[in-house]
Amino acid sequence: MRIRIPRNTLARREAAEGLLGISPWLIGFLLFTTGPFVVSIVLSMTDWRIMIAPKFVGLQNYVQILTNDPNFWQSIRVTFTYVALALPLGLFAGLGLSLLLNQKVPGARAFGTLFYLPAVLSGVSVALMWMWLLNPDYGVVNSLLGLVGIQGPNWFWDPDWALPSVVLMSLWRVGGSAIIYLAGLQNISPHLYEAAEIDGAGRLAKLRHITIPMLTPTIFFQLVMELIDAFQVFTVIYVITDGGPMRSTLFYMFYMFRTAFEDFDMGYASALAWIMGVIILGFTALVFKSSPLWVFYESDVKQ
Amino acid sequence: MAAITSTRAGFRGSQKWQTRLNVFATLAALTLLAIVVVGIPMGWMVTTALKERTQIFAWPPVVWPNPVRFENFSETLTAIPLLQFSLNTLVLCALSIVGRMASCSIVAFSFARLRFPGRNILFAVLLSTLMIPSQMILIPQFALFKTVGLVDIFNGYLPLVLPSFFGNAFFVFLMRQYIMTIPRELDEAARIDGASTWQVFWRIIMPLCKPPLVVITVLTFLWTWNEFMHPLIYITQFDSYTIQLGLNMLKGRFNIQWNLIMAGSLMAVVPCVVLYFFTQRYIVGGIASVGIKG
Repeated sequence: MRIRIPRNTLARREAAEGLLGISPWLIGFLLFTTGPFVVSIVLSMTDWRIMIAPKFVGLQNYVQILTNDPNFWQSIRVTFTYVALALPLGLFAGLGLSLLLNQKVPGARAFGTLFYLPAVLSGVSVALMWMWLLNPDYGVVNSLLGLVGIQGPNWFWDPDWALPSVVLMSLWRVGGSAIIYLAGLQNISPHLYEAAEIDGAGRLAKLRHITIPMLTPTIFFQLVMELIDAFQVFTVIYVITDGGPMRSTLFYMFYMFRTAFEDFDMGYASALAWIMGVIILGFTALVFKSSPLWVFYESDVKQ
Repeated sequence: MAAITSTRAGFRGSQKWQTRLNVFATLAALTLLAIVVVGIPMGWMVTTALKERTQIFAWPPVVWPNPVRFENFSETLTAIPLLQFSLNTLVLCALSIVGRMASCSIVAFSFARLRFPGRNILFAVLLSTLMIPSQMILIPQFALFKTVGLVDIFNGYLPLVLPSFFGNAFFVFLMRQYIMTIPRELDEAARIDGASTWQVFWRIIMPLCKPPLVVITVLTFLWTWNEFMHPLIYITQFDSYTIQLGLNMLKGRFNIQWNLIMAGSLMAVVPCVVLYFFTQRYIVGGIASVGIKG
């Protein structure tokens, strides 16, 4: 793409107006995104504890993090375990729900609205709600499990169950991705299904050979977004578990926050931020790179 | 002949029956899911908020609070000034909404309608910022605002609202897509009548952009209302706390008095639920359109 300066005055004027029009975003992008990015590279190579002036230490923070920081490795383990559990479960649940919502039944829209509700609620109130729902002794979940004779776990208060509890909370918001999958489903041309029916395709065959392939671009987008989200889990941890018990929910973001704003080790936390950035970038690139293997774009066929 | 007709009728009949069974099974599954996913969690929150202290720990669990205790709400509000905190948060919401509406609409309009050098590249850059986790710039942004001295004035609210005035990739994208669906003939007709670019934007495009503007308003409200980490970092004065910072005090203040904790949480959730149900048509459609085009 070559940048061309327009010749005639009318076009030149439009160009000036266009640049003026996007300038709020452009200025913000330079000021609040690019600028901080550059600054954070520098910060990550300093020893800086807010009150004292930053001192340049080179790559020392990175070396420390990678070779001698058990909390870092624990937070990586926690975050990736969460990703490995929450993403596939969320994908299946979201797809399943969207397939249900896509059936021609009365009230499907109303159900969609209802299931999307948890996705617009967040923050401390939701965390507190879950803390109470999953209360080992008096919570409704264990009470219901008790009714069918199952002794419910201690959820957030058990090192083995705390992380699955956070996953369970993430599944509560599955309506969020279901709505997006549903929009993808409704975008699939009915002709494809008709053609398949003429060829004698059954329900499962249609799902496997039409629905899923046509939906892969949407799934792809959703997976990338959820991956980024996984590295941002914070409020739940801050409110409910404080990273415990026994560091079993020491999510990456939570650890970074604690380093920066509780220990005030800003330089070290900046290095943590950069490592997180590289990991996310790496994974996003991996998902993108692998996309030709499994993502089907209709436009590819037309060409 | 007669035999053929009857089998055909029979086939049609069974097919109809099958569709009916399908509808029934789907509705049953959806209803069950709705009860489990939304009904039980939200219902439990509501009933707990209305219970007496002894009833929250009763076995078997009490479903209907008896007596219904509305004092839970007033008691919570006396202990923690949640109303004051809501007002604080509303100020933040209002500023963020104004900033987002103004900046996102003009940026989206320019990307959708005006030709300028580097437009496609800049738009690609804008989209790629969707993939940048905001936490990456958390610390340098804090350093920036601290150095410039913005953290210590206006209750620390400026770092929270200022970025809203500089656009937002998600909303710009949403609105640009929407503006592209508005026929260009409208612009051209106005131009022929002598309207300037900004008049076209303000008089022609903006009045037609109600759906994306509703999405921007509602989602910005919800995000600002529910935001926890940034206020936690920037707001230090108790009097200037946001609602979420106030809610965070519930647990420490009431310990195991879950009826009061849920009463406080419920008061913070209700505005979001009401707003959502009134505007859900726009919200769900808006989110979905970004998801499938992305």
